[in-house]
Formats: sequence, structure tokens, C-alpha cells
Amino acid sequence: MITERDTEHIGQLADIAIHREELAAFTSRFNEILEYFDLLDQVEVVESIEGRECNVFREDEVIPSLSQQDALANTREKEEGFFRAPRVM
Amino acid sequence: MPGFTVSFHPEDRFFAFLRTVGEISCREGRLSGIPVAVKDNISTAGIETTCASRILEGYIPPYDATVVERLKNEGAAIAGKTNMDEFGMGTTTENSAFGPTRNPVDPSRVPGGSSGGSAAAIAAGLVPLALGTDTGGSIRCPAAFCGIVGLKPTYGRVSRYGLIAYANSLEQIGPMAANVTDANLLMGVIAGHDPRDSTSLDFPYLHTPDPEIRGMRIGVPEEFFGEGVDPRVASVVWEGISLLERKGAEIVTCRMPSMAYALAAYYVTCTSEASSNLARFDGVRYGPPADTKKTWHESFQERRRDGFGEEVRRRIMLGTFTLSSGYYGKYYAKAQAARNQVRADFERLFREVDVLAGPTMPTVAFKFGEKSDPLSMYLSDILTVPANLAGVPAISVPCGRVEGLPVGLQIMGRWMEDERVVDVGYAFEQGVSR
Repeated sequence: MITERDTEHIGQLADIAIHREELAAFTSRFNEILEYFDLLDQVEVVESIEGRECNVFREDEVIPSLSQQDALANTREKEEGFFRAPRVM
Repeated sequence: MPGFTVSFHPEDRFFAFLRTVGEISCREGRLSGIPVAVKDNISTAGIETTCASRILEGYIPPYDATVVERLKNEGAAIAGKTNMDEFGMGTTTENSAFGPTRNPVDPSRVPGGSSGGSAAAIAAGLVPLALGTDTGGSIRCPAAFCGIVGLKPTYGRVSRYGLIAYANSLEQIGPMAANVTDANLLMGVIAGHDPRDSTSLDFPYLHTPDPEIRGMRIGVPEEFFGEGVDPRVASVVWEGISLLERKGAEIVTCRMPSMAYALAAYYVTCTSEASSNLARFDGVRYGPPADTKKTWHESFQERRRDGFGEEVRRRIMLGTFTLSSGYYGKYYAKAQAARNQVRADFERLFREVDVLAGPTMPTVAFKFGEKSDPLSMYLSDILTVPANLAGVPAISVPCGRVEGLPVGLQIMGRWMEDERVVDVGYAFEQGVSR
């Protein structure tokens, strides 16, 4: 059972703020969904069958890429060819 | 190569498009001048691409997705970007930040989702071809609800380069059209190997639909007609399956026990992947800017609270929780085990039958607001998610109506046998039109 405090904590981990007035609804929805996920408790984890996924490697070659101008085209916060981000410290 | 210009000014009464391109320059090719609608989570150079989210408002991709490049090389006119559930998260297109698309068959109902805009654009006759994406049914659901054809290709058959990722291990771009022949044509253009997508496979799609299905074995899993499936929908789909039998196919009823866990496995997997994929939306590189005066976390959290809709925030947080230390074993690991059971079920069944058939959706199109709680919305994806979990191809073709509303017949096939599901869909379509 998830509490409103847990929901706030998950929001912090996910870097998503939650308005106080949304907290109760988010929490009750989470609990309904997680209760449904409890179905998975019945699944036995056995040695997995062979998947088709495999790592795909390629040569580390320099190929044409985005120009600095294109890379910065979608931000309003830029300075001397760099992205300007909020302060970390 | 000589080019020409196509004008595209549709009367979009159902809000299928988020934006259209009025005058489009094209070249000669297999799709010369044919307007193609592109779902708004597929990158189009120079055309705003938002995933129907406020967090990407104003974002103009600097490059084309591989599928768009392939369309342009064949002369297609990229006509506009279609509405969708925000980041593909939804089954109705009601989760678009810019308002819902309406179903052209009955405007009081949803077109399905998440590729609802693409399906509505075709159903309304605005374009003959559209691209959708399918993570857990997002091509097949709106195809079924709007009475058109939609194909989710085998995972890896169509490049995902330039698709704004939501759940990488599940999603595929695929064709949507009014009929199987057109969907097949579009598939032929977009499929093929792409070194820029490391999951891309080298299986070109060069196919002409063949309606001959005599002797083909069609499995019908009982679970596809189980709890939650509207009996009227079940009856229409059974009639469709009988038509295939009359055309010479052998119908074999079978069981798919992993269906019991498929939906939970799907939602744990897709939300986990979403929590990682959507971490990139921080207001620094694209979208409305973050407040750089505040601290990193404060600014990031506020930007994401205001930029993402409720369902997107819910899924990111669910995925963050199911991957968190202490819960990973209970949710994510179990979901992967269940996913393997789904794959194993398909492999076992495909040793006995050539394709599987059943309804695409358990019901006809919902009324707006009908699925107001998220869990009941999730449950409506039960029949489409198995194909995504296993990576196998699946098509939805229109197969009749219930009270005037379209019903889709879903055909799922073996890994890399997209051609065969297209053939069965084509055989069905030919049978109906005679």
C-alpha cells in the first residue's frame, strides 16, 4: 500500500513535482494499478528462454553529425555555443 | 531530380492533424505526390514535432526519421503531423495536450489511440496513407475503432531512428491505410535495414498481397474471446473467422495461458522504459525553457510537472517505482518472466498454426470520458499487447460493425512473417468485398 508520502517521494525520484491537491488522487490510482500488478506474484521466474536480442556493435567512425548551430536551434537558453542549464550546486 | 509541388488544405473536422503543410515539394517515386500523414512522435525536419505534449511545444527536429526519409525518397508528400495521446500513452487520443481527435464514424466517440489522428485522417478521407506507432496496440486499436487497416510490423523490421522513444523494446512504426493493398505499399516503402537503429534487421519487405489461403491453419485462442470481450464484437469476429474458413483455411481453437499476465507484464515494462526515456525532457535542450535561476532539481521538477499531462506523469512515476531498489524483483523481473511466457506461448502455437486470429479490441469505440480511470483504460489493451511483448507482426482489418461502429479482426503471425498476416488480411478483405 502506497501512502501520500510515498507518492511524493516517487515524484522526487522521478523529478516530477506534484501539486498538493493532486496527491490523494495520484496515490489512490497508484494503489489500484499496483494491486493489479500483484498478478505477477504468481509468475515463476525460471531460466529465461533464448531471446533474439543481442548487442550490435559498429566501427567507431567519425561521420557527419549535427552542427553546433542545429544542436542549439531548439533552446532559448544558450551562451557562447553552450546550453545554459539551472545550477546544480 | 525534377520536383513538383503538392497543395494540402484539408477540411479537418475531426481534429486529426495538429498541423499540416500547405505546399509540399516532392520528387518522382513510388508515392509521387501522395499525401502521407505522420504521427507527431516521428521526427520531421523543419516541421514542429511535439508528441502532443506541452513539454515539446515549439520543437523543430533538425533531422528526419528514417521512415520519413524513405517516404520522401519515394516522392511522398509529408502532409502534416497527426494528433495522438501524449507520448503515445493512451487508448483514445483524449490524452493529447491539444485536445482530442473525434472518430469520423461517430464524432461522439473516440477514434482510439494512441495513433488516433492518423486513423481519423484516413477514415475521414483526408489522406490515403498514414504512419502510426504501436507500443501496445496504438496502430491496431484506432484502425479497429475507425474502420481502417493498421499493421504493427515485426519488431526490427522498420527503423525506429527518429521515433521519439517511449518504450523501445515494444514499439514499432507501421502503416495505416483504408485497405490492405495501400498498407502493403506503405510497408514496402518504410521497411528495411537501417544502421542507425541497432535493433533494425535486414529483411526488406517486397510483397504483393496474395489472397490464396487454402490449407492455411488459423489458430483462435480462447482467451481472445474471454472476460471483458463484448459478445456482440465476439460474434462479428467469429463471422469473420468463418469467412476465412469458407475460403479454405482450417480453423483450430487453442489456448494461450500467458494472457493472464500479459497486460500486467506490458504495463510494468512500458512504464519502466518510459521512466528512463522521458528523463531527457528537462527544458534545457528543447521545449519551453526551464527556469535557470532555480536549482537543478527544483527547476526540472516544475518544468516536468507543468509540461507533462497527468497520464504521462503517472507512467513515469509508476516506472520509477517498479524499477526502484526493493521493488525491481517484485515487478520488473516478474514482468520479464511473464513476457518470456508470452513469447513461449506464441512459439508453441506457431508450431501448430500459421497465424492467430481474434478481435483487435474487446469493444467498439468508447464515448468520450467513458474510460475515466486509468486501470480500466489499460485493460482495454489486453488483446493487442501480446504481439508487442513477443515482437511478432499483427494486422487489424475492418470486419463488420456493431450498432454502426466498426469492429477489427486481428491477425497475428510468426516473427518476420508480416507478409503472411497481410495476405490473410487481404484474403479477408477480398472475401468481404465480393
